[in-house]
Amino acid sequence: MSPSSVSADSVLSIEVGSVYTRAVLFDVVENSYRFLGEGTAFTTAGAPHYDISEGVRQALGELQVFSGRVFLGADKQLILPSQPDGSGVDKCVATLSVGPPLRVVAVGLLEDVSAQSAQNLAVTTYAQVMEVINMNDRRATAARLDAVLRARPDLIIVAGGTEGGASQSLMNLLEAVGLACYVLPKGYRPSLLFAGNQALVNSVRSSFADLGPLFIAPNIRPAIEVERLLPAQSQLSQVVRQARLRQIFGAQNLDQWTGGKLMPTAAAFGRTIRFIGNEYARTQKGVLGVDVGAASTTIAAAFSDHLVLNVHPRLGLGESLPGLLSASSLDEIARWLPLEISNDTLRDYIFNKAVYPASLPVTLEELSIEHALACQIIQVALKKTARNFPADALRSSYGFLPYFEPIIASGSVLTQAPQRGQTLMMLLNAIQPAGVTTIALDQNTIAAALGAVASLNPLLTVQSLDSNNFQNLCTVISPVGEAQLGTPILRVRVVYGDGSENSVDIKYGSLEMIKLPIGQTATVQLHPLHRFDVGMGGPGRSGSVKVVGGGLGLVVDGRGRPLPLPAEPGRRRDLLKKWLWTLGVSS
Amino acid sequence: MLAPVVHVLPVTLVQRKRLLPATGKVLPRKGQKVTAAEVIAEANLTPDHVLLDVARGLGVSIAEADKYIQRQQGEEVAVGDVIAGPVGLARRVVRATQPGQVVLAGGGQVLLQLEGRPLELRAGLSGIVTGLYPDQGVQVETVGALVQGVWGNGRVDSGLLTVLIKSAGEELTTDRLDISLRGGVVLGGFCGDANVLRDAEEQQLRGLILASMSSALVPEAMKVHFPIIILDGFGRLPMNRAAFRLLSTSGRREAVVNAAQWDRLAGNRPEVILPLPPTTQTIEASEIVQFSADQDVRITHGPHIGEVGILNRLLGMVTLPSGIRSQAAEVQLENDESLVLPLANLEVLK
Repeated sequence: MSPSSVSADSVLSIEVGSVYTRAVLFDVVENSYRFLGEGTAFTTAGAPHYDISEGVRQALGELQVFSGRVFLGADKQLILPSQPDGSGVDKCVATLSVGPPLRVVAVGLLEDVSAQSAQNLAVTTYAQVMEVINMNDRRATAARLDAVLRARPDLIIVAGGTEGGASQSLMNLLEAVGLACYVLPKGYRPSLLFAGNQALVNSVRSSFADLGPLFIAPNIRPAIEVERLLPAQSQLSQVVRQARLRQIFGAQNLDQWTGGKLMPTAAAFGRTIRFIGNEYARTQKGVLGVDVGAASTTIAAAFSDHLVLNVHPRLGLGESLPGLLSASSLDEIARWLPLEISNDTLRDYIFNKAVYPASLPVTLEELSIEHALACQIIQVALKKTARNFPADALRSSYGFLPYFEPIIASGSVLTQAPQRGQTLMMLLNAIQPAGVTTIALDQNTIAAALGAVASLNPLLTVQSLDSNNFQNLCTVISPVGEAQLGTPILRVRVVYGDGSENSVDIKYGSLEMIKLPIGQTATVQLHPLHRFDVGMGGPGRSGSVKVVGGGLGLVVDGRGRPLPLPAEPGRRRDLLKKWLWTLGVSS
Repeated sequence: MLAPVVHVLPVTLVQRKRLLPATGKVLPRKGQKVTAAEVIAEANLTPDHVLLDVARGLGVSIAEADKYIQRQQGEEVAVGDVIAGPVGLARRVVRATQPGQVVLAGGGQVLLQLEGRPLELRAGLSGIVTGLYPDQGVQVETVGALVQGVWGNGRVDSGLLTVLIKSAGEELTTDRLDISLRGGVVLGGFCGDANVLRDAEEQQLRGLILASMSSALVPEAMKVHFPIIILDGFGRLPMNRAAFRLLSTSGRREAVVNAAQWDRLAGNRPEVILPLPPTTQTIEASEIVQFSADQDVRITHGPHIGEVGILNRLLGMVTLPSGIRSQAAEVQLENDESLVLPLANLEVLK
């Protein structure tokens, strides 16, 4: 990179989560952007402050201690741009995930087509679909109107009508929506996001102009078989931004610091994954991002330029934790525990954690519960999201998830696990990847910040996607197929950079870690047996890949897909302990 | 570092805003006395509607129908009232089939909002209305003892307090509940039996204050019609000493149990208030506090959950037995045991 191509703009990123507020500073060091440090404080959106500004100030105060840079002026406002005395920053970006999920009513013509697309769009942000209205809905207009009112929506998403297709049927459906908006008092009217047949835009504008905030987006279902959510997602981000500016005190000030570019954290995270997806398009695999938060979990998967983004507001490790019990049984969570813990203790832990979402596990027993919960949360969230992965995505001939390269993991339960083997164990058990993939950890939790900054300073994003921020945990090789436990299924030959070699036979049911120091490259030759598929073009196909050593070297996961676990609890716990030990976890 | 605060105060001035989630009708006047269970505001949040097709009813065109509509926006109508017509020799009319209010008339249709059961917002504490928020709610103020909890089943009521436990860790069992408790509020310790909640419902309790409860009972606790508040957490946990001392010596006093579900964003926390006559000798319920030495703290998570101690000193970053690194403090319990705990697992007791 030539010196002239790097503008010397310092960038401050502020992320306001449901529990913590983080301030992150990027600046140019030796002609390249670097993450310089972070400050963290409790989010102060609720009692007693009712204003996120206090948490932001505290986080900036901590960052000031680390960086020696003064960020706030005497008026408590951010100093923008940076001053000759070194105070302030040149640019500020901010993302927000704090706040209740938006209540959404989805409207579309056909239940499985546009109404489904409206719901698919809703779940790309912090939202819960409370009501769906479509043409097959046989309720009278007044009943539909009452259903909308009962949903108490913050947002109504309207889809339907392919381009050049039906128009009157959709306008008929909108009658109830219009009446609902009309009967609500002005300050309580929901936003309406129209993402249907563009021929109706003018009619929708004239019908809804005075009935609340109106947003128009490109048609998310331009043809029956085509769903295009991405263009509408930026409009949806605007809707969320507007809602948060109303709901969260202090958000307006933060928005001003960013020049009106406050973003939902999930959208920013998705943007980073899409960015990485473009970088890795040559691999023909997808890029998977997993972000486990206190209030929600975000799954983002990029397949070349196509982004699948799902936010799961009932699947977080904090206040929403009891919501996991509506998606999973206690036994399903307990199966990930390497220690003997009763279901009663596990359930009590879930409810106690929900009332104190910021609390931390003090004992090893509590830590193992948190990790089991995280594992189950990721698995449930991924399973729900996987329904939206493209059918033509490259995947093993035995099915399962598409191939990913890389998998990016974010969220404090993953990044702050005491041992990296614990992080990898959670990810391998939850995701169960197939083929060859690199697993990287967003160790400074900046993935969302980089997405927010991408439109402002793409160079910063590109330069920050390095190993200083995204720690290469390992390359994992996961053969897929069927065999008896203990049957050899894969021969692995590692040829190191210095010419030395290491050969390992992998047996079905085993997890192996092969030494490959951080940053060292090696060529790995893979010879699957018994028609196992290792992502080299089909069952039984051999091949070689160049890999770079991560913190945990090279890991071969021959445990099977889907991962079979012994039904007998004692045996299962012993196996989990053994796998953790294999990954270098000392208890 | 900012510290979360939990209040256990023998006498303080309690001021609470009670606001509707939507606009509605505020019932009391400023300066009026209210009781905890009294409805202070109501709103018809989800009214039902009827859309009358006047054009079809009268057998005329849409444009023509509008001329025959007799009712205007905002007008109340009773069953049988003529909405539109008469038309023609047969003098056809469209009548209201249910009582309600006209919200929209035109385009050959009339939209009626029906009278429904309104959402009732209760005061949540017995006291004086000191502030009015037009169409939204009130501020109520009282002097009393205040004990905050961690979980509530969403109900509010009040009654005379009966202390059924002798120690902070005692379990409340069905044999302790009898007819003499009808209309009262009970202080229990741990509850692990759903039959206790069912019997309490049968005895028509007006409130149950627990140290802890098995989380398996949450669905049952959500079903009962009286407020249940949990002060310390889920699982078999003794009541924190500060709350036990205050509540166990307050038998036969009026206890207001506002078992609100904890909503940090809205600032609603489950709490028990024991009203007292007005006095100027109140302890301020400070809300904004930084962690510092010599504070009374309550442990909110981990093996010592619910226990109370004194924050001896702040330790900076520490590696916990779990291996996690965190800002921590040394806390001395009442039994002189000294613990190193993450600040994230503490709240200041004020």
